[in-house]
This record gives sequence, C-alpha cells and structure tokens, in this order.
Amino acid sequence: MTNHWVDIKNADLVMVMGGNAAEAHPCGFKWAIEAKKERKAKLIVVDPRFTRSAAVADYYAPVRAGSDIAFLGGVISYLLTNDKIHHEYVKNYTNAAYLINPDFKFDGGLFSGYNAEKRNYDKATWSYQLGKDGYAMLDETMQDPNCVFQLMKKHYSRYTPDMVSKVTGTPKESFLKVCEYIADTAAANKTMTILYALGWTQHSHGSQNIRTMAMIQLLLGNMGMAGGGINALRGHANVQGITDMCLFGASLPGYMGCPNEKEPDFKTYIEKRTPKMLRPNQMNYWQNYSKFFVSLMKSFYGNAATKENDYAYDWMPKIDGAYDTLALFDKMHQGKINGFVCQGWNPLASVSNKKKVGDALAKLKYLVVIDPLATDTSEFWKPHGEFNEVDPSKVPTEVFRLPANLFAEQTGSYTNSGRVIQWHWKAADGPGESKDDSEILATLFVKLRDMYAKDGGKLPDPILKMSWPYRNPNKPLPEELAMEINGKALGDVFDPKDKTKVIVKAGDQLASFAQMRDDGSTSGGNWLYCGMWSQAGNLTARRDNSDPSGLGQTLNWGFAWPANRRILYNRASCDMAGKPWDAKRTVIKWTGDKWAGNDVPDMRPNAAPDENVMPFIMTGEGVARLFAPGMADGPFPEHYEPFETPIDKNPFHPDNPKVTSNPAARVYKNDMEVFGKAKDFPYVCTTYRLVEHFHFWTKHSKLNAILQPEQFVEIGEELAKEKGIANGDKVKVRSNRGFIKAVAVVTKRIPTLMVDGKKVHTVGIPIHWGFKGVTKPGFITNTLTPYVGDANSQTPEFKAFLVNIEKI
Amino acid sequence: MALQSLDIARRSATTTPAPGVRQTTEVAKLIDVSTCIGCKACQVACMEWNDIRDEVGSNVGVYDNPADLTPKSWTVMRYAEVEEKGKLEWLIRKDGCMHCADPGCLKACPAPGAIIQYANGIVDFHQENCIGCGYCVTGCPFNIPRISQEDSKAYKCTLCSDRVAVGQAPACAKVCPTGAIQFGSKEQMKDYAAKRVVDLKSRGYDKAGLYDPAGVGGTHVMYVLHHADRPELYKGLPNDPGISPLVSLWKGLAKPVATVAMAAVALGSLFHYVMKGPNEVSKELEDELEKEDAK
Amino acid sequence: MMRNPKDLTRYDAQERANHWLVGICFILLALSGLAFFHPAFYPLTQLFGGGVWARILHPFIGVVMALAFLVMFFRFKSLNAMTPADKEWLSRVGEMIDGNDHNMPEQGKYNGGQKMMFWAMALCMLLLLVSGIALWRAYFSFPVDAVRLGAVVHAAIAAIMIAMIFVHVYAALWVRGTVRAMVYGTVTRAWAKQHHRAWYRQVTGKS
Repeated sequence: MTNHWVDIKNADLVMVMGGNAAEAHPCGFKWAIEAKKERKAKLIVVDPRFTRSAAVADYYAPVRAGSDIAFLGGVISYLLTNDKIHHEYVKNYTNAAYLINPDFKFDGGLFSGYNAEKRNYDKATWSYQLGKDGYAMLDETMQDPNCVFQLMKKHYSRYTPDMVSKVTGTPKESFLKVCEYIADTAAANKTMTILYALGWTQHSHGSQNIRTMAMIQLLLGNMGMAGGGINALRGHANVQGITDMCLFGASLPGYMGCPNEKEPDFKTYIEKRTPKMLRPNQMNYWQNYSKFFVSLMKSFYGNAATKENDYAYDWMPKIDGAYDTLALFDKMHQGKINGFVCQGWNPLASVSNKKKVGDALAKLKYLVVIDPLATDTSEFWKPHGEFNEVDPSKVPTEVFRLPANLFAEQTGSYTNSGRVIQWHWKAADGPGESKDDSEILATLFVKLRDMYAKDGGKLPDPILKMSWPYRNPNKPLPEELAMEINGKALGDVFDPKDKTKVIVKAGDQLASFAQMRDDGSTSGGNWLYCGMWSQAGNLTARRDNSDPSGLGQTLNWGFAWPANRRILYNRASCDMAGKPWDAKRTVIKWTGDKWAGNDVPDMRPNAAPDENVMPFIMTGEGVARLFAPGMADGPFPEHYEPFETPIDKNPFHPDNPKVTSNPAARVYKNDMEVFGKAKDFPYVCTTYRLVEHFHFWTKHSKLNAILQPEQFVEIGEELAKEKGIANGDKVKVRSNRGFIKAVAVVTKRIPTLMVDGKKVHTVGIPIHWGFKGVTKPGFITNTLTPYVGDANSQTPEFKAFLVNIEKI
Repeated sequence: MALQSLDIARRSATTTPAPGVRQTTEVAKLIDVSTCIGCKACQVACMEWNDIRDEVGSNVGVYDNPADLTPKSWTVMRYAEVEEKGKLEWLIRKDGCMHCADPGCLKACPAPGAIIQYANGIVDFHQENCIGCGYCVTGCPFNIPRISQEDSKAYKCTLCSDRVAVGQAPACAKVCPTGAIQFGSKEQMKDYAAKRVVDLKSRGYDKAGLYDPAGVGGTHVMYVLHHADRPELYKGLPNDPGISPLVSLWKGLAKPVATVAMAAVALGSLFHYVMKGPNEVSKELEDELEKEDAK
Repeated sequence: MMRNPKDLTRYDAQERANHWLVGICFILLALSGLAFFHPAFYPLTQLFGGGVWARILHPFIGVVMALAFLVMFFRFKSLNAMTPADKEWLSRVGEMIDGNDHNMPEQGKYNGGQKMMFWAMALCMLLLLVSGIALWRAYFSFPVDAVRLGAVVHAAIAAIMIAMIFVHVYAALWVRGTVRAMVYGTVTRAWAKQHHRAWYRQVTGKS
C-alpha cells in the first residue's frame, strides 16, 4: 500500500477491483465501512462475481475475468475525453509533459522493439528525448504529439465505452456509472482509494493491471493524498515483510537486485543499479544504492567484507536466468534440480498445474518441508484416493518433514500491507519437537559451515566467512535479528557536511538509512527497515495509538518503512507552493522553513517549494511515470487476452493472432501445448479465496472446517440451467490439464456476460481444499490452472483460464 | 429454588414476582445488516468463547454453514440473494436468539428456573433446570432454541450473559471486524441505529429501518435493515413476530381455567357426596333377594 | 375366592387387570402431565425422580396406556353401543344425580352415562395420543405450528379427561358396591338388580 489500512477511512470513494477486500481482508475492510459511515464515502465494486464486498457496496459492475486493462483503459479514456483530470497535478507531478523518442511506436498491438522469437522487447525507443545537458526534455503545453500526454491520449482513444463493453462484458451504462464515480475524485479535494489484491496480480498482464490503475490515480491527483493511493492488500499477515526481505530469487532485501551474469564486478553492478538524474535538483533517492548495498554486504560478511575485496561482491551468486516459482518448477520438471527446501509453502496446492508440480517433485532426490502443518506437498508421493492419484513406488524422492512453530508460537515482527512493522510476542510454545524457523535454518547453517570447515569445497568462503554473531549460533534471537536488519555503525559515522562531527558512534544502532555509508562504516540487513530498532530501542513494539491528526496516522504505533512514513509520496498532497490540496486532510505542508505536519515528509525536509524538488523521489525525474519504460510488456498498459480466452482473439487487434495474449509473457514449450481452446473449454474460470479459510492452512483447523466444510464451485443460474445442474449437485470441472469434482453452488451472484457478441459464462472456484486436513477432502484447485505468469513478476495466471463443467 | 439475585426479572414456571427494587439498564445488541460482510467471525467467536464445536458438515449449495442453528451453533449467518429494482442484493443476516422482552420460550417453559430473563433484558437458559421437553422451541416466534440429541437440553445464544455481567461485550460483537455488531444500552443502540437509517436512506434505501418488533415487546437483539418493510427478505425474518396465539392460550388462559375446572369437578363430587349421600343398594332389594334365596 | 357364590361376576381377571393398567398409567400421566402444565404442580415431578425423568417417562407411559386402552376398547366396544333406553336414561340423568334413581329406565351392563364416558374417553385417548406424539421431541419432529396446536390440544384434552376420570372414580365411589366390581370382579345381585336390571336379568335369567 502506498497508504495504510486506517487511511482508507479518509477516502471519498473506495473502489474495490482486482480483489475482494471484505472476503480476503475483513479486518482491514472495517476502514472502508468507516469511510462509508463517517465520511459518507461511496463504495464501488468491479468484479466478475457479486462478492461479499459488493454486498455492502453502493454500486457493483460486473467485468469479465482477465479484461481489467480494457476496463481501466476505458476509464483513462473517459477521464481524458471528459477532461476529468487534476490538471496541475498531472502537469507538475507526472511525466505527462515529457517528450518521448519519436521512434517509439505502437502498432498492431505491439510496441516498438519486439522480438517475436525471444518474446521480449528491446526498449531502446521507450525513452525520453534528452537535452544537451542530459536531462529529459519537456513540452509544458503538453501539445507535442510525442509528449507522454498526447501519446497516452492517442493510445487510449481506442478504449471507447462501446469497445470496453464489448471486451469486458460490462454493460455500457454500468461502465459509465463507474467512470462517473471515479471522475468525481478528480477534484483537488476529493480522493479515491483503490483496494486490490491477487485479482489483479494473478494474470499474464498482472503488473500492467495495477499500473493502469496507478495511471488513473495520477490523472486524478490521488497519489500521496490521505484517502488516496494504490493499495495492494497483502494476503498473509507478514507477506509484505517477506517481500521486503526479498521474496524473489532475483532480489536482495530492500528491493535491490541480485547481481547477475552481466554484472561480473562490483563497479559494473553499482553503476548499472544507480539511476541517472533525469531532471535537475531531484532527489533521485536510488543514487544511494551503493550505501544500501555495501551496508547489506557488511551485515552478511562483517569484517570479511572490505573495500579491498569489493565488500565480498565476488561471493554473491550471479543469477544466470529466471528463478521465479514457475521457472524453478519447470527446471525441476526437467530434472535439473536435486534438492528442494520448502519452507512455509505448499506448492503442490498453490502453484499452477498440480500435475506438473507433482511430477517435478517426483524428480527430486530429496525434499525438505519446514512447516507447522502436514502439508499436501509433504505427501505428494502418497495416494489419497482420487484426490491424489500417484504410485509411490515410482517416486524416488526422499521427504523430510521438519515441524516448525506457527506464527503465534514465535516472537518477531509482522509487516502489514500498510508497511507498518509491528512486534509480536509468542503466545504459546509449539507442540512436540517443533522449532522456530530461524532455529531450524541456523542449525542447518552451522552444520553446513562445520562440514565446509572440515572438508573444504570449491568455494567455502561465502559460507565460512558469513557473519554469524548470535549468542547461540543455533538459535538466533528475534531481537538479535531485528537489530541486525536495522543496522549499526561499525565505525564512527560522520556528518557529510562536517567531517569532524560524529553523528553515530561506533557500535550504535542506526536511526535512519540516511546514516548508511558505502565506506564499510555501517551495516544493515535491509535499508528500508533502518530505524525500526535504533538507539531508542525497538520502535516496532510501540503501541501508542494517539492520533492528533484524526487521520489515523498514529506515528507512534509500530514503525512504518521507510523512515516511519505512513503515506508515500505525501509531498504530492500539496500544490507546488506546498499548500495542501485539501486542508482538512493535511498530511504535510510547507511551513515556511520546512515540511511538517501529520506524517514524516516524503521529501528533503528543508526543500523549499521553489527548489522544484518533485514528490516522486525514487525516480530520476522526480515525477511519477504515466509512461513507464521499466515494464517488460510496454510503457502503456494494453489489453491482452488471458492465455486461455473464451473469444479466441483480442478484439483490439482481431487480425493479429500474435497479440491475442501478452506477447511479452514467458511461456514454456510444454505449457503452451496444454492451453485449452474455447471450443473444448467454453467457460471462463477464476479461482479465489473465501473469508472462512486462509489458503491451505485452515483446512487443518476445525473451527474453519465447520464454517466451510466442503469444496464447491460457483456457477450462474443461466449456465446451471443450460447444463442441468441444480444447487448442491456434484459436478466435474475440467481444464486441459486435469479435472476436479465438487459441489455446485448455483447463484445469482455470477452473471453471464455478453463479450464480443457472445455469451460468456463464468465458473468460480475457491482454492482452499486438498487431501490433508480436517475439512472434507477435496481436489487441489490448481490441478486446473495454466502454467504461465505475468510478464514482469511471473505471478501465475490463476484468475482467468478456461474450463468445461458437467454434472456427475 | 429461590430466585438467585436481584438481576433476575423473570423466571420460567414461577408464579411469584421477581425482586424488583433494582433499576438495571437494558442492554441490546444491534446487528447492522447493511455493513455485515458475512465473514462468520461472530460464529467463530461464539464457538470459541462458549467452547462449542459443531460437526464438520457438508456444503448444501449455499454459503450458510453450519446450515442451521444447532445445539452447538448458537449463531449462524444466513445469506439471501434477492433482486430489488432490478439490482442484485446479497442480504446477509446473523441469526440467533433475539432476547425478546416478552420471550415465548420463557412463557412456554414448564421447568422452574430453566429459562431466566435478566433485568438487563438477556434471556438465558439454565441447562441444570432444563428438562428437555422442547416447549421453548414451541414457544419461540423466531425458531431459535435447539434441543441436543446428546444431553436433551435446550441451547441457544446467551448474549454472552457471563461476559456482559462483568462489563464485557458479547464475543460476537467484540470480534466483528466491520462493526456491524454493536453492543450497548438499548437506548444507545436505538440512537446508533437511527444514524445508520439516515445514512441508508441517503443511499436510496427509502424503507431502511430498525427491527425491534413490538409483537414480542421489542427485542434485545435488533437489526438495522435496508428493507425494514420486508424483513422476510432476510431469509425469513418474521414480519410481525409474536408469541403464537396457541402458545398464549396454552400457557395463558388454559392454565387457570383448566385448573379451576378440574378442582371444581373434584370439589363438586365431594359436595355431591356430602349433600346427597352415597347411592346405596336399597335394603328392600337385598331383602327381596334374600327371601328369594330362602325359598 | 368368591365371598358369596351368589354374587354376579361383572369383570373377569383379564378385564380387571386391563382396566387397572390403564388406570395406573392414567394416574401417572395425570401427575406428570399436570407438573408440566402448571408451575403449581411442578413438585409432582419429584414422584418420578425429577423433571427430566418425568419428561422422559411421561410419553412412554402414554404409549403403554394407549395400547392398553386399545385392548380395552375392543373388549367393551360392543357393550357400549347406544340404545334408545340409554338416551332416555341420559335425558333423565338429573334425577340420577339427585340421588333419586328408582324411576330411572332399566339399564343393561352399562347405563347411558357410562357409555357416554366410554366413547368420550376413547376420543380423548385418540387425541392425546396424536397430539402427544407431536410433542414428543425426542423422537419426532413436526412443523412448529403443528406442535403448538398439539400442545394446546394435549393440555385441553388432558384437563377434560382428568375431570372425566374424577367423575368416573366418584361415580364408582358414590354408587356403593361398585368398586368391588373392579377389585374382586363381582357385584351383589341386589347391586345389579338396582343399577343394571336388564343385565341382571340377562345373567340370572330372572325377572
């Protein structure tokens, strides 16, 4: 979230799309209700299903699963056509006025630079026109045909309400009604918050779904505002934390990149990773990259990381390809992986195409499952009737199950969706032999280190020299880890403006990432978390809920990254002169000599408005990007069909089959072959979660099992009638990859949509069942899902694929 | 058994008055259906606080699970899909004991002290005195009490009388994530509801209102409904609930009338005997027969 | 052993046993039923081991009574067919109650009042059985309105029946020499001749 949970209450319009906050985030959803009750805010929901969120909404519009960009692109078009944008904001705080390389083109559904063989883009033309000074050139009138604003206008001119309705199945009047609600918040003192979750991410164009909404929020001037922002609601209580600490194989903590093969030495790596300044006077905060990276290396290797050895850069693995989930299991499926340590994860249930995952696990020599529960994955080899048909004699994999403590049996921190890090204390001891994850990993590490010490190896140093300063090496304390992540001064840290002034004494905890240095005098496990455990102690354990602003900022509750800032880009909540767009919801303001107010300013505190330091401090240009060359699949989001589409073509480009689905999405050979076609699998299927369960955990919990005991699929009344399916009947749902059986829930809540002149029915499947647990045994829903991911994040396309259904 | 405390206002099958000197604030739970997302946290809280676990059932084609109230499920969510003015609405109602001011269960109960109405309005079952006859089920206008097959006792929501007694809100109200379940004095709840109704009317629900049915003297569990004119839309919430006239007859007029009638017959017989004397076989007839025998 | 060989047998052993089975059941049912009916009678449940036992036993006793009564019904059904003489007797029942029964019309084994009682009890038994089953939640489940109707019917009929049994018992006590018919099985000839002359003639062959 750019904003935070409590801030939802400050919105004038709460939009729920690409998620179902009431269902998946009932506790946080209280703030949406609060906005309705106390601010008279409106709540609108756009979803293929009439969800629990829709049940309390002021307006609901249906949309076909997988067509969000068409819908949101249509909203952009509406805002531009009807001039419902926040002009001053767009002009000053976005790159709307920036001039783009005239060679940049969009033609036949493809952006310039496409390589069909590699399915990727050469992004050379996706660039700003640079002046002689090296800075990007602007046309402040925004009339130049090559400026971002005009390119954007042209790009989305195709997204007319009729076209939107044709592609998304949303009735035109419903679409326009939603547009009206949204357009109202273009007023400087009105804000919309958008609550989304996996309904946007789990598509082959997931990142672009979110970007389209980000563009809308920028056009409306809602970023940085209280009650605004782009708010990703994360699933697990600490999934934000795991993302921050590097969820992806290609990342390092704090969203730094893992060195790759093209960065063989420290110098190249730092140069490539440190962005250039694109406009004068901007903060360009990533220019501090080397400080964050060197501090990280010092926390990894301590005294062994020296200036002379480039802070042990050579010991870092250099990524040679993709290491995301789909890539890993594809490699495993090819027999290229021997061992798999699976910690707190149930991939057999939660990765696409269960058969492929099961086959892949069967090619391992060993599988180590570290989990509080007996997961389905840990029994992938064991027959469980029709729910898991497997011949154990053909599975050579040796499986180890290491019982871990559950979250309530551990002390540590959570980072919630609002980036607020909160300390929590263990509530009970774990059962039997279960141990904290950190103890399991540390014990494993110490054992491995001993083996390297004794037996040597090809490159023992990265292991042997690892800094391991814990009092009990086998059992690092959560407090020790938190302090290490925060970082400390290894030597005295001096004020850069006055080299004689010590700002942090050697040995002290750092108070802020601004104190990090790239000369080896500081360490820190994650620059974003710096400040959470300063000399003042563990700030994440603070529980002061006083809220003088009334905005719910509660700056003394826990600690929000970065720098205890609650609303990102909050400089954008003020006009150029530093006056809040809405004085009643002042986040910060220019007081004449500094930025201050109800949040930690997202700005150099003494940057006077006339210095023109722009609010989006992480970019080289200081402004937000309506045109985003960083994306893998295009600087402007374009609608592409899901890889399994009910209409066989992309209505925006009906004559170019190459762009039916995302041309930049990675597809493995054997997976392309098992995509289903609409003639065999005519119904759109979407998978989702229920409030009664949490993923595949709570099927082990009796309370949850009582609330939702048995697997079901949801279909609309019209499809049910066509197929002769009555409420409560058993049905079989097939995709080209397998089938599941479940009880049919026939409901008015799943509408039949008219898409491209054709009726499209939706089948909805909650994911929570499997063959282990105390619920009635069920099929693993991901038996059905396709093995393809988003072009940028490789998040699998769980939300839109094709199935057939029959009564059994 | 004597009345247990000054906080008891009514006691089943008890004809003597309850102590009435103490003034107690009436409490109420307000369920704002318009902000309920049907998450069932209330069901979990109820199961946890009361340490009850129902069976792991099956899916019967709806989200409602357990599918109905049971001796081990004292509250369940009921989901209704209705179309109003061409617009789909998913009405989700938390069902459970309404804690009537004039409770049909208490009226019907034959076991002294098995059903208690506290002065704060909570209607509670005291299972130690329950004889398992099921008359409470017969008496309830909302179809709430359930008799356990295991121990033949009646069970229902207690409004967490144990929590309320020590100043805590009921478990369901405590956990409700959206604040759809509010708890306080009945007056406060009515005020709160009035605000909600204004808000709902401003959003186009012209018939929004409070459900506090007069037919049972008002309730200590109330609903804010978008369609207060048609409570039956909410999975059969009764439109104008009251204690069935049959139950009123049975537990009302019938009791004294029948008792007096039976006593009258008994007394009438006695007085008949006293006044008319026994109907003896006549001596003449006996003598006559004896004479016959002697022949 | 017969006290006087000239006494007339009114009920054989089986008939008496059958009657008393019904009678005992009825007393138990009345006591337990009254306990549920009105709080004033609730202490009667102590006779059965408390409220729960009273609730458990009452319907089972009811079933026993219904079965026993059914047998009795078929035993005595034909003897209770109404005749014109019964109607006349009934029309003059006031004299009887007044204690002046000498001019009452001649009666067979049963007089009009007894026959009325017989049929009324049969009807009440049927209603109690049907309504009682509706209330028997341990084994049956009926729509709540049916149960409510059942409750009213059961209570009302039971009250009527208790009243009728009072009358039945009182009549037996009031008319001296009657109780022994159901205890020893015999009545004196004089008793028979006075109260049931037609029956007397039938069994003795005398006038």
